[in-house]
Amino acid sequence: MTRPSTLDHYGVSTLIRSPWRLAGALLALGGLSRLPAQVVHVPVTVDTLPNGLRVLIHEDQSSPIVTVNTWFDVGSANEIPGRTGLAHLFEHLMFMGSQHAPYPQFDRLLEAAGANNNASTANDRTDYFEAGPVHALPLMLWLDADRMGWFLPVMDAKKVDAQRDIVKNERRESVENQPYGLVEDYEPGMLFPPGHPYSWPVIGSMADLSAASLEDVRDFFRHYYAPDNAVIAVVGAVRRDSVLKLISTYFGAIPRGPGVTHPTPSQPRLAADTMVTLEDRVQVPQLTYDFESVRAWAPDDEALKVASYILTGAKNSRLTQRLVYVDQSASQVSAFANDEHLAGYFEILTRARPGHGLPELQAAIDAELQRLAKDGPTEREMQQARNSMESRILGGMETIQGKANRLNQYYIETGNPDGFQKDIDRLRAVTATDVQRVVRQYLLGPRAIISVVPIGKAATPGVAAQRRVVP
Amino acid sequence: MIRHPEQLAPSLASGSAAAGRLMSTDVIVAILLLAASISPLAAQVTTAPTLGPAPTLVLPAVERAVLPNGITLLVSRNAEVPIVEGRLIIDGGARLQGVAPGLASLAAGALMEGAGGRTGVQLAEEIDLLGARIGAGASWENFTVSVRAPKRTIDPALSLMADVALRPNFASADVKRLRDLRLVGFLTARDRPGSVASKVFYRNVFPAGHPFHGEIVGDSASVATFDSAAVRRLWSSAIDPHRATFIVTGDVTLAEARAWVTKHFGNWIAPVHPPTKPAIATIAAPPHPSTRVVLVDKPGAAQSVIWIGAPGASRTSPDYPAIELMNTILGGSFSSRLNDFLREQLGYTYGANSRFEWSPVPGAFIASAQVRTNVTDSSLAVFFREFKRIQTEPITATELERGKAYIVLGALDNYETAGQVAGAISSSVMFGRPLAAISREYAKIELLTTAEVQRAADDYFDPARMTVVVVGDLAKIRAGIEKLNLGPVEVQTY
Repeated sequence: MTRPSTLDHYGVSTLIRSPWRLAGALLALGGLSRLPAQVVHVPVTVDTLPNGLRVLIHEDQSSPIVTVNTWFDVGSANEIPGRTGLAHLFEHLMFMGSQHAPYPQFDRLLEAAGANNNASTANDRTDYFEAGPVHALPLMLWLDADRMGWFLPVMDAKKVDAQRDIVKNERRESVENQPYGLVEDYEPGMLFPPGHPYSWPVIGSMADLSAASLEDVRDFFRHYYAPDNAVIAVVGAVRRDSVLKLISTYFGAIPRGPGVTHPTPSQPRLAADTMVTLEDRVQVPQLTYDFESVRAWAPDDEALKVASYILTGAKNSRLTQRLVYVDQSASQVSAFANDEHLAGYFEILTRARPGHGLPELQAAIDAELQRLAKDGPTEREMQQARNSMESRILGGMETIQGKANRLNQYYIETGNPDGFQKDIDRLRAVTATDVQRVVRQYLLGPRAIISVVPIGKAATPGVAAQRRVVP
Repeated sequence: MIRHPEQLAPSLASGSAAAGRLMSTDVIVAILLLAASISPLAAQVTTAPTLGPAPTLVLPAVERAVLPNGITLLVSRNAEVPIVEGRLIIDGGARLQGVAPGLASLAAGALMEGAGGRTGVQLAEEIDLLGARIGAGASWENFTVSVRAPKRTIDPALSLMADVALRPNFASADVKRLRDLRLVGFLTARDRPGSVASKVFYRNVFPAGHPFHGEIVGDSASVATFDSAAVRRLWSSAIDPHRATFIVTGDVTLAEARAWVTKHFGNWIAPVHPPTKPAIATIAAPPHPSTRVVLVDKPGAAQSVIWIGAPGASRTSPDYPAIELMNTILGGSFSSRLNDFLREQLGYTYGANSRFEWSPVPGAFIASAQVRTNVTDSSLAVFFREFKRIQTEPITATELERGKAYIVLGALDNYETAGQVAGAISSSVMFGRPLAAISREYAKIELLTTAEVQRAADDYFDPARMTVVVVGDLAKIRAGIEKLNLGPVEVQTY
């Protein structure tokens, strides 16, 4: 696979500042058990270098520490069939040295300055961070700049092979050698049609990992690892002006990329239930229900998150109470409203207690979803959900790393990095009627059902045995 | 997918410690000077920047008071976020359970299943309505009941927490349900090769009767016998304000903390005949006389889980700083020798590490990795080569300085949140080491020499007396392991 590579060179000139204007409206709140309103605000500036690199800075002088958190607007959704897992493999290669900081300087220099680092890859983004004592900031930025600008001269097939092996080990640890790990392999393909950018797992397949070549890696870099496809958030005991100077100095000479066209598929809808039964080396069966839902920040996104809380967020939540406390048929049940950039899906996962089968769990889940759709949640359930979920949002503001991550996420998803209050506002705006409506609209229709059963048990009566897969 | 499994920087104050205070004027100045010295129009910067002076680690200040009923109150203020964290620490923990493994842990769990006349479900509802979190747990040292709430709801949250700690229901059906769920947990743990390796490791490294022989949650044979009466008996033998320390951190003053704790825990009366509190069992746990290998079969496994180790050192050892530095270089950071060889250079694993488990009585030294099945024997050989090398060859000056910075400067972000500070104070209580003493340990690390690090390797583990546990596909790995001649090989089941 080749991609266009236009490496136009843009010189460094002055920084363009676009400070974010904050609108914090105090909501008038009523209701006895509602938490008193408070408006949260994380002062953050947004600047754009001439080469398109966007910089978010939030000064937090409370501890002498700093974090640099860089999001590249690329993930497994940008891969092509036959090269699944490339975005994540590439993430590993970003630590294999750059022209002026040859391997293994990245980790060695940071550790010697008392700093740590890591990175993660998801469907739509790849995130790199360093964190540590504030005096290490110039080093963090210089290392990040060198690998953004001077990665290609030192990349070679040996490094690709080395990290390919490590990524395969990572896959073994999370999929092949992990009970129930196979679900990760099947879920994307059942929810998303062939060719949809979410139809393969982020980790990729072993075959595709084996196929990735040095040229694939180089193309991936040229296409996606350009300053105009990245956002850097710097949060900590810093001053904006000095951070901008450092960033301008280190990143300014890096040319723009060719521009990225992202896939824009519509949210798929399942036409009918799809089912698979997997056999695995497990003691108790597990059931996963997946419904198509909505993408992040879509109008129904937050109501679906509230629904997930009302189903399994606390011991008194509907499914937890029914399955774990009343029927005592399950050891655990959890619901997640997954809202990604291009699409969303709502997942319910439960594991049976010995002596109980998946048909029993499935019937109970169906009954509880029907009941919630029929009557909706009570006002007290809604208040509990709002208060607990709001508290969780505030918890994300406690650390510089938490804040840097959220600033990047809010900025990329909504264009406004200080999205904490907006997040709280949309949570507070969800009504019981909204929750009832989204349960009806999204959680009663066709679903992907993945059963994992002990080896030899796929033929259990009532368990759909469409496919029998043993790892 | 993340790049590497978390390599936790050692934290002297706790397993997950806690908040350096700001000093950073000079740091800012250094950065400004540095920035000014480089032309903003430079085409590219080809050498790593020289860094300014590092910030100084200043551990949070802790104020102390004793309430009339005997509770020791420790308060550390950090008003950055309007959140308050509380930890009620009651000395005793699993030491009180005698020969009933898992009872203390079950009792702590059962606290959350109903209190003050509310069912567990009602309790959970009220806690979440306050935007709060309450939890309870047991260790070999103590019981902990914790609370976290926005400052505006901390008062009612503490009221619920007092019910949990002082007025648990321990209803029979609740204890039975929780007990049965734990039994399911023991069953499903058999599916996870990492859990199997851990259980087999501890039961072989520590003799029967030693607290670390089994897990704090106990085992199915023991836990299956518990009922609400047993749980109730244990809890009433544990609960005594004279054994209690109440830690409050976050957006709180000493006066506020004293008022809140007095209001909700002030009526907690010490028992007339305080129950005896046994010291933690000090059964000797000598290393095995020679290295031996314990194999557990997992047919078809894609990887082998390796745990290697022996009894280690006590947290109260004067050599603690040297041991931590030695381990950081051996397997305690991404650049450490074990991870560098086994992951980066050889590609055998996603991550390899080593650690000393800290407790007032010596815990375990453990080196571990999950490796590809067909390199299991080669991986074991690397582990033992590195054990030997750190004892026989001096570490380099670069490793020494990198390790020091990684521990001491890395600790700066261990004291950022109220929860981290509460955790650090809690550990300092458990280890009988105030934060001031922990500051001195950090200072001591900065002075350590190559020879002292090598001596820690010599004194605190012995490659000739290790227990090696491997969980994997024995048909494929056994012959290779036997050829290494590490010591006698036996197969165990779990």
